[in-house]
Amino acid sequence: MLEFNASTVAFIVFALFSLGGALGVVTTRNLVHATLYLILSLFGAAGFFVLLSAPFIAVVQVLVYIGAIAILIVFAVMLTRSMTRLRDLYNSQWALSGVVAAALFVLLMVGVILPVWGQNGSQAGKPISDAVLNTVDLGKALVDQNQYVLPFEVASLLLTAAMIGAIVIARDDRE
Amino acid sequence: MALLNEWAFIGVFFSIAWVFPFLPILGARLLAPSKPNSVKQSTYECGVETVGDTWVQFKVQYYIYGLIFLVFDVEIVLLFPWALAYNQLDFFGFFAGLLFIFFLFDALIYAWRKDALEWV
Amino acid sequence: MCDINHLVECLVQSGVNRDLANLLTTLGGVVLIATVPLVTVIFLIWIERKVAARVQDRLGPNRVGPFGLLQTVADALKMLTKEDITPNGADKFIYNLAPIIAFASVVLIWAVVPFTPLHIGADLSIGILYFVAVASIGTVKIMVAGWSSNNKYALLGAFRTIAQLLSYEVPLVLSLLVPVLIGGTLSMQEIVRQQGGMWYLFMAPIAAVMFFIANLAETGRAPFDLLEAESEIIAGYNIEYSGFKWGMFMAGEFMHAFTACLLTAVIFLGGWWGPGVEQIPALGFIYLGLKTGLVYLFALVLRATVPRVRIDQLMTLNWKWLVPISVGNVLVTALLIQIVKALGLTPQDGDLISAIPQTVVLFLGNVFVALIVLQQIRNQGREARLADESTALAVVHGHDEMEHAPTAAVGD
Repeated sequence: MLEFNASTVAFIVFALFSLGGALGVVTTRNLVHATLYLILSLFGAAGFFVLLSAPFIAVVQVLVYIGAIAILIVFAVMLTRSMTRLRDLYNSQWALSGVVAAALFVLLMVGVILPVWGQNGSQAGKPISDAVLNTVDLGKALVDQNQYVLPFEVASLLLTAAMIGAIVIARDDRE
Repeated sequence: MALLNEWAFIGVFFSIAWVFPFLPILGARLLAPSKPNSVKQSTYECGVETVGDTWVQFKVQYYIYGLIFLVFDVEIVLLFPWALAYNQLDFFGFFAGLLFIFFLFDALIYAWRKDALEWV
Repeated sequence: MCDINHLVECLVQSGVNRDLANLLTTLGGVVLIATVPLVTVIFLIWIERKVAARVQDRLGPNRVGPFGLLQTVADALKMLTKEDITPNGADKFIYNLAPIIAFASVVLIWAVVPFTPLHIGADLSIGILYFVAVASIGTVKIMVAGWSSNNKYALLGAFRTIAQLLSYEVPLVLSLLVPVLIGGTLSMQEIVRQQGGMWYLFMAPIAAVMFFIANLAETGRAPFDLLEAESEIIAGYNIEYSGFKWGMFMAGEFMHAFTACLLTAVIFLGGWWGPGVEQIPALGFIYLGLKTGLVYLFALVLRATVPRVRIDQLMTLNWKWLVPISVGNVLVTALLIQIVKALGLTPQDGDLISAIPQTVVLFLGNVFVALIVLQQIRNQGREARLADESTALAVVHGHDEMEHAPTAAVGD
């Protein structure tokens, strides 16, 4: 079943990073510490991408998420005055939200594990698409008329819209 | 699994790279004197005592720079596979990349004209 | 046969389990590669002080050891014995974490540097992106250091530093797109191999210059050393660090600068290529060292001679000049590569003669872009000069009118 080799050890380590980091994010009182735990969790995710033979996505994860988004989160956190001493936030509906969260968790678990359960276990190791196997293929697919060139250009438009929108919002108080 | 062998090297490197700086810090802990007193440990404030919380007026400009950087970062990261496969593409590939870059350059010009790039 | 290239086989033959042998050789390789930058830093600091001294017409360190070579060792020993003062209210855990990240994030880059045709730590298929990703982790350490010091100046300094680092990462990564376009690979070893015919410096000079400038700004070297400008923001984000932790920030900075020069040599100056390197691979180490030394010397002389840039000039330089130039450069290079391919002149691997047509075409394209930029600079300079002159004229006119006006009033 689970053979004890380097891959398994790495998997367990990365799982600890991801889950431990996520746990830290939601339990700590200090917002800056929460950001650092988030960075740890994102590292775990990057590690998983490496294990799945997608090193490009792993590096992109580190570069964009940890190098840019985590920093922006810290900047946003700095706007909060009492970030080191969060007051006790009392949510009176915590029981209901707990039930909803648990139900969602069960749903996601079932949805992720069922396709590869039991006899279908052999499907687990196969790549999703045979056309795009490594980064060069990804590059070709991104500009191929029959594949992903339209989403490629639309992504660019989306990024432009995001930037323009952000500038409009952030500089509103100046006008 | 040559791929994973290379990354295994990186993994080991990662673990050791954190250990290496620990050794001098431990050495410093052993060798350096430790006589803390309240004056030495007070925050540095150009000769006067600090008043109030450590909180600086956060300029929105920092956030805007970070945002523009983020958008450009994602753009460049999407361009890397394009550049990687470029030798095997034809002119259509060039035009696809041109259009992609053109949209984002547009956004930069918008930011420029709206003075979002000024360090005010 | 038991030499350094076949260590694993040697160990297995002497009865060690194969997996264990793999682990041991990996560990040995890691320790070896991680030690090289540490040892180099000692010489780096010495060279830096000597070059800066000579440019300023003085001697530099020359007491400790022959020619002052052991000065850095003495400094390191001194720092080890200095008291480590942790300021009030500092966040203990992450306060101690920052210098370690400073160090580790630079050493990690050395894992993908190709030293010789046969020796590289890990020839990742995405080597260049790995370098960029590890460099971007450096911003985390600054934020952590600035925040955990519980000091207004540290926080201000950290914000400014992060703004500078984030901004200059854009032209850095954009300029790395050009070698990838030309070479069609992200792996470091492959990029060096492809430069057997012609160095990328001649095919993409603007990209090389952009990369160098962006690296200078990323590592906080002059003229972009606003991050640690003593006269302006005191010591910036590491103001509350003392003893060896501060030493580690400094050492990390020197190492980062050297690593940046090393990567410039690898990506643009042909890495380990040189006469006779295919017969004797060990020569590659020497060639790479020479090229890196050249680039580093240039950076040192630049530091000793060029004045510091203001923060708003810094940002303008990046967003209004470097980014558009880099983007234009990528587009021009892409277009020219397609044209060269359509004409059937693409260079074969490692052949000098067949690389010449593409080199000439790309070089001319770069010259074209450079001419446009120079024209822009001249225009802006002329506008600024005219604006200055017209202000001066307006002041003079104002004085003239003030002299004549009372006379007219009296005459009436």
